[in-house]
Amino acid sequence: MITTKAKLQPEVIDAVVIRFVGDSGDGMQLTGSQFSDTSAMFGNDIATFPNYPSEIRAPQGSLYGVSGFQVHIGSVEISTPGDNLDLLVAMNPAGLKTNLHALKPGHTIIVDSDSFSKKNLEKAQYETNPLTDGSLENYRVIQVDMTSLTKAALKNVEGLDNKAILRSKNMFALGMVYWMYGRSKEHTVSFFNKKFKSTPHLIESNTNVLNAGFYFAETLELIPNAYTISPAKMNPGTYRIIMGNDATAWGFLAAAEKAGLELFLGSYPITPATDILHELVKHKHFGVKAFQAEDEIAGITSAIGASFAGDLAITTTSGPGLALKGEAIGLAMIMELPLVIVNVQRGGPSTGLPTKTEQSDLLQAMYGRNGESPVIVIAASTPANCFKYAYEASKLALEHMTPVILLTDGYIANGSAPWKIQSLDELPEIKNRITKVAPEGVWHPYTRDEETLARNWGIPGTPGLEHRVGGLEKDSVTGNVSHNPENHEKMTHIRAEKIKRVQNYIPDVKTEFADAGDLLVVGWGGTYGSLHSAVKQLNDEGYSNIGFAHFNYINPLPKNTEEVLSKFKKIVVCELNNGQFAKILKINFGKFDFLQKNKIQGLPFGNNELIEEFKKLVQ
Amino acid sequence: MEAITEQKYTFKDFASDQEVRWCPGCDDYVILRSMQKALPEMGVNREDVVFISGIGCSSRFPYYMNTYGMHTIHGRAPGIASGVKLANPKLSVWVMTGDGDAMAIGGNHFIHVLRRNIDLNIVLFNNEIYGLTKGQFSPTSKVGQKTKSSPYGNTQGPFSPGELALGAGARFFARIGGNVPKEITQMLIDAHKFKGTSLIEVLQNCVIFNDGCFTHLTDKDVKEDKQVFLEHGKPMIFGKNRDKGIILNKLKLEVVTIGENGITQEDLLVHDAKEKDPTMHQMLIRLTYPLATGIIRSFDDTTLEEQEDALTAQVKASSKFKKVDDLFFSGETYTVN
Repeated sequence: MITTKAKLQPEVIDAVVIRFVGDSGDGMQLTGSQFSDTSAMFGNDIATFPNYPSEIRAPQGSLYGVSGFQVHIGSVEISTPGDNLDLLVAMNPAGLKTNLHALKPGHTIIVDSDSFSKKNLEKAQYETNPLTDGSLENYRVIQVDMTSLTKAALKNVEGLDNKAILRSKNMFALGMVYWMYGRSKEHTVSFFNKKFKSTPHLIESNTNVLNAGFYFAETLELIPNAYTISPAKMNPGTYRIIMGNDATAWGFLAAAEKAGLELFLGSYPITPATDILHELVKHKHFGVKAFQAEDEIAGITSAIGASFAGDLAITTTSGPGLALKGEAIGLAMIMELPLVIVNVQRGGPSTGLPTKTEQSDLLQAMYGRNGESPVIVIAASTPANCFKYAYEASKLALEHMTPVILLTDGYIANGSAPWKIQSLDELPEIKNRITKVAPEGVWHPYTRDEETLARNWGIPGTPGLEHRVGGLEKDSVTGNVSHNPENHEKMTHIRAEKIKRVQNYIPDVKTEFADAGDLLVVGWGGTYGSLHSAVKQLNDEGYSNIGFAHFNYINPLPKNTEEVLSKFKKIVVCELNNGQFAKILKINFGKFDFLQKNKIQGLPFGNNELIEEFKKLVQ
Repeated sequence: MEAITEQKYTFKDFASDQEVRWCPGCDDYVILRSMQKALPEMGVNREDVVFISGIGCSSRFPYYMNTYGMHTIHGRAPGIASGVKLANPKLSVWVMTGDGDAMAIGGNHFIHVLRRNIDLNIVLFNNEIYGLTKGQFSPTSKVGQKTKSSPYGNTQGPFSPGELALGAGARFFARIGGNVPKEITQMLIDAHKFKGTSLIEVLQNCVIFNDGCFTHLTDKDVKEDKQVFLEHGKPMIFGKNRDKGIILNKLKLEVVTIGENGITQEDLLVHDAKEKDPTMHQMLIRLTYPLATGIIRSFDDTTLEEQEDALTAQVKASSKFKKVDDLFFSGETYTVN
């Protein structure tokens, strides 16, 4: 029943990467998130990455139907979901086949051996059974008859059909992994009690199976309880585990309350952005108006209407949706209304790779509109700081009276990490530009703040501020329609200058590890974790000549960008696209030579590929 | 926003300082003037009125109104207006649109706004032609119609705005010629009073590109014989001599003459605009002789914002979250010392 190979010595480790894989109906996302939440409660730093097919229920046992959830936990700072696996839990042959390549040699595989039937092996395109043909020699394989053991654990629970029994075998695997890493079952048991409150037999069955897996691992001496991962050293404070998309949604909740405005979301469901809509619709208690529109265009236009009427208005989408919203962004831009557009990037072009990550909408965000139409573009870089940048996007939109595009991506949007909770008191002020009472004399909608060039915001319902805005060019003072040639050029320059001056209100870009040296690693957005850990590792190995600069502000760029770039002999711009940020840097700072490290596979950067590349560049 | 009990404005208060730039003789002037006359009678504050338009001749409308207004992008006015109304339900929100704007490029938004029943008012300027782009056929142009983009005759069958609207779930639909300011004014007031999305189709003559397309129905000399002007609770009677009427014969509407074949006024159908079932309203919309004008359907129903408000109140009352901090620190948190 159980065989182990490549005997492993007990060890204390800093960090471990575990991947749970199975059919898309096997509950791998739940298993993975339970393990990561439990570990976070224990005090570990964590990062997670779900990886699932775009089919809701792909054919059972097929290679493309494999769903996975990877979690990286550590007693040290964790900034990515990890590269190579220490433990692979595979619920079927297809999961094993598609994920084995990621497992470190000599490390552990737990498999449900019951699932290695002839039929499943065929579906996974195995000619021989990998459990018996010797192809797993270099790994430690723990074969468990998980399906049978789950059935046995449930023989006394009433009210369960065969399907329900099989569905709980993921909890057997979770129980085993809990025991192996010395984790308590308490969090998951209380999760069952809450989730299945109205179906007590499911509380009993899931708890039974979890216990069965846990005690199974404990009873069999063949599995050493050897891994201990101590709590991480993290800044003091109150934490919670948060997913990127939820953090984005919460950033907007915070911004609306701070600005004293109601929050309006106009949105149309699209992967991987829909979870922001799912989260915001829950919060009617804060007066959130979340409007599921008939299409992407109505999503943004309803938000523009709400902005005109005085709400903090946002719209959420992914690449194809941003393309559809382009004309309306131009409208909000020329009307100079505050609006945040969130683009949770995915693989493109067209429908592309909806469930995979990419950073290939940067140029679309920068330039994807007709006419001269600059807007602010910023990017979040971790699951937790989606909160910060959603808040920042709202603040910039409201204070500078302009649309702001906030870029995140499938990787950080679906990933989760500890977030040090920020209460509203700790967040910076947001001053909206609403004119509450009509001034003496005439009020012009396009009267501007001298410093920021932001116009005033007169909202319907305010006597004396009645005015018309629209997509036609407007007179620089009155806002009335104007086809005057000089006025058009003047307005074009004013709108550009307004965005440029945002530089005065954003922080400098920081260099980490080295302020000057041979190589500057440049990144932006969701690649922060991968790039940071690669440069850190090199730095730990003695490469003190490699620095790292990561950009969250893309348009405008931070004021000190040129200075930072000038301190290094070589610059390599790393991004999950074909070189879009590199292009922007070239346009702005043509005197530097920008090398590129690009990856366009729908996947994040791997640690090893980065390390290899950076080492080559400093040789 | 204080309650208004007496009329405090005249039509001049609603005219902006912008020069009106429609072609001389265009029915758009009639609609503009009717709106400026209707608003003082609606009892709304000027600052609470918002006009939203898309693109097209009709969409210049907001610039001429001394209220809040937005001249937006092609076909999207219903989306923008929905956002304005949901953000501030106290506002009186008007969508000014044309047959191309509402039914071609904006067709999707047009049907969805009607289905949702948000309390806003849509005035559809239907001239069966594209005016601003200078004379192409529109989704309401007739088959065979020769236009700049159909020199040998239009081959695309038209939408009937009313049928489409009722199919999409419209609760309020009215139709009127573009040459009767008094009736238009009253219709605008009625649309304003109606709680829910109201749609008024104005048969608007384009003097340049489709001149006279409604003349056979709307001209002063013929309109009484060619139109039946419907009023809720009144018999369907028409004709210069008020001697024609409509009865239901099996499943069809039939025109009859009072005094012939023993028909009296008692036999005529009585218009019920408030009926929930739109079957009769659809039949009236489809009728070609006479053309049904007036408020054809006016069914009172819950609005979207009423439903949303009720849900919000319910959630607020039962929720433990009053401030975002309550949410952020709720549930599973842990402390690092």
